Amino acid sequence: MSSLISSIFANRGQPGGRVMPFVMILLVATVLASCLNLFTPEGSALHVSTYTITLLGKYLCYAMLALAVDVIWGYCGILSLGHGAFFALGGYAMGMYLMRQIGDRGVYGNPILPDFMVFLDWQELPWFWLGMDQFWFAMIMVILVPGILAYVFGFLAFRSRVTGVYLSIMTQALTYALMLAFFRNEMGFGGNNGLTDFKDILGFDLQSDTTRIVLFLITAALLSVALVTSHWIMNSRMGKVILAVRDSESRARFIGYKTETYKVWLFVYSAVIAAVAGALYVPQVGIINPGEFSPINSIEVVIWVAVGGRGTLIGAVVGALLVNYAKTRFTAILPEGWLFMLGALFVLVTLYLPKGLMGLYGQLKDKFSGPSGPSSANDRKTSDTAEGASA
Amino acid sequence: MNMIEERVSKAREQASEFFRPDQVWPFLVPDQPQQVDVSKQVLLYVEGLNLSFDGFKALNDLNLYINDGELRCLIGANGAGKTTLMDVITGKTQPDSGTVYFGSNINLLDRSEDEIAQLGIGRKFQKPTVFEAQTVFDNLELSLKSNKGVIPTLLARLSPTEIQRIDEVLNIIGLQEQRFMLAGALSHGQKQWLEIGMLLMADPRLLLVDEPVAGMTPQETERTAELLQSLAGERTVIVVEHDMEFVRSIARTVTVLHQGSVLAEGTMDQIQANKDVIEVYLGEDA
Repeated sequence: MSSLISSIFANRGQPGGRVMPFVMILLVATVLASCLNLFTPEGSALHVSTYTITLLGKYLCYAMLALAVDVIWGYCGILSLGHGAFFALGGYAMGMYLMRQIGDRGVYGNPILPDFMVFLDWQELPWFWLGMDQFWFAMIMVILVPGILAYVFGFLAFRSRVTGVYLSIMTQALTYALMLAFFRNEMGFGGNNGLTDFKDILGFDLQSDTTRIVLFLITAALLSVALVTSHWIMNSRMGKVILAVRDSESRARFIGYKTETYKVWLFVYSAVIAAVAGALYVPQVGIINPGEFSPINSIEVVIWVAVGGRGTLIGAVVGALLVNYAKTRFTAILPEGWLFMLGALFVLVTLYLPKGLMGLYGQLKDKFSGPSGPSSANDRKTSDTAEGASA
Repeated sequence: MNMIEERVSKAREQASEFFRPDQVWPFLVPDQPQQVDVSKQVLLYVEGLNLSFDGFKALNDLNLYINDGELRCLIGANGAGKTTLMDVITGKTQPDSGTVYFGSNINLLDRSEDEIAQLGIGRKFQKPTVFEAQTVFDNLELSLKSNKGVIPTLLARLSPTEIQRIDEVLNIIGLQEQRFMLAGALSHGQKQWLEIGMLLMADPRLLLVDEPVAGMTPQETERTAELLQSLAGERTVIVVEHDMEFVRSIARTVTVLHQGSVLAEGTMDQIQANKDVIEVYLGEDA
């Protein structure tokens, strides 16, 4: 067991560390939780309630979003404060499909138009709703719309060499602008109520335990795929170029890499992960509204990543799970206090855990293995440069 | 009636001209990095370069020709335009006017930094700049001469010849033992060498080296001088340096820059005897 732990945490030197043991633990844990839900009687000590399963599924979606931010921030030094936008766009695409699935079971019983359109007295579906009743088409849109937005945004921003704080502000503005747009009823996305009252997905009832468990398992599987893919990218030469861009972009340019192109494609990759996370989130939570675009959400994601340890992939997942678990528990006790907690957490992590929880193992090891050897000096250097790049 | 026919035939003519089967539309022509033409023995032509920043003339009608295989030293006081000149050659800064040609056929001014780098122009910065969070080996791997597009880089695998090449360069820069150390943990002098090694990996035609011996011990300086001299001939090297001792030890030709233009050019002895240079460097009372 201890060798397993050290193999997960011993990620010094190579980017990403070893991700496979972690993926195994993740998959085993999700399958176990599902079995406990399905095959143990309610009231048994081992029973996992469907509520818990849904909650865990939600956490896994957040973990995927955190992973997306880690890829772009931890590895490439691009602090995106607008990843919530891609998450929400993916969610809306899924929401539109689920909305069309309601059919004539809505309050107004219109077989084509969702309730809010009937309420607004619209006569026919707007063009961008066409085709969204097909699952495959909706899934293509989940990836395509946020992907294209990320490409256009990245192309414009990176080609003009906007970096650092300015870029962060722009991403923040992006998500804020989208939030305001989606709040408008005329946009055709349900205004501030968003899309909700979903009935079923691909014919399966969204309220049934089995559907929820399948969604939960799919989320875990896709999170694993995202982890493994990201790990592969970061360990390829492309990953080395991405680190090089983070630490010294002009040097990378002068040895012949077109750094803008690398940044744009990494940004698109990251946006697509966030969008898939959003699409998985909506059927499990049952609602998507413009609140998901709110800037504060995107900032929270950055805190999850910082807590877990950026530039480690696993850290982002761990951070998202832990912070969200804490949030669930804490808001039950003292709802008003949560934001203060979150702020304090961020300050403490920045001060005492510059490499997050994933760096804790290394920090403790250095402390107890006597005055630091050369390797610990390396680590500190590394975290310094990472800090410099993100500042 | 005639007029319409005339127009139609004219339009048809234009269309057939546009769709000529023997020609490719300009935007579809792949812009292959051309082979540099050095048949005139000159590798770099810098002519009539002007550049001003907010009224300050950083470069003032600067002309400079570098022969193929030469080792040239650029000297000059602070603000003489040495680093700005390097910025222009490597595509970081666009001049207000003037031309920069690599060989007699490649215009460097319409190319971006990465394209210029891929043509075989390597640059070492004044402050040693290496990728500190990565190992010495990775730093060199990144600098390999290879297809630098996103997908080829994603799928790239080190071939035995490439590993051999990295070993070779590690040998030249004397960092074999540090190959798996993080570059950030190297000493200042070692970083300078690693950066020169990164340039060598790309097998460049022209090396621009900005203050290579700043902050080096005398022994390190000596080794750097040897290294740069061994490179000349096969490659062309331009060195910017303040350390006169060092310049004297390596240079055959020295160019003195002053206020953005060339003040004098010649061997070290000629330069030291040059009246203009003495005046500028030592003041009027000399």
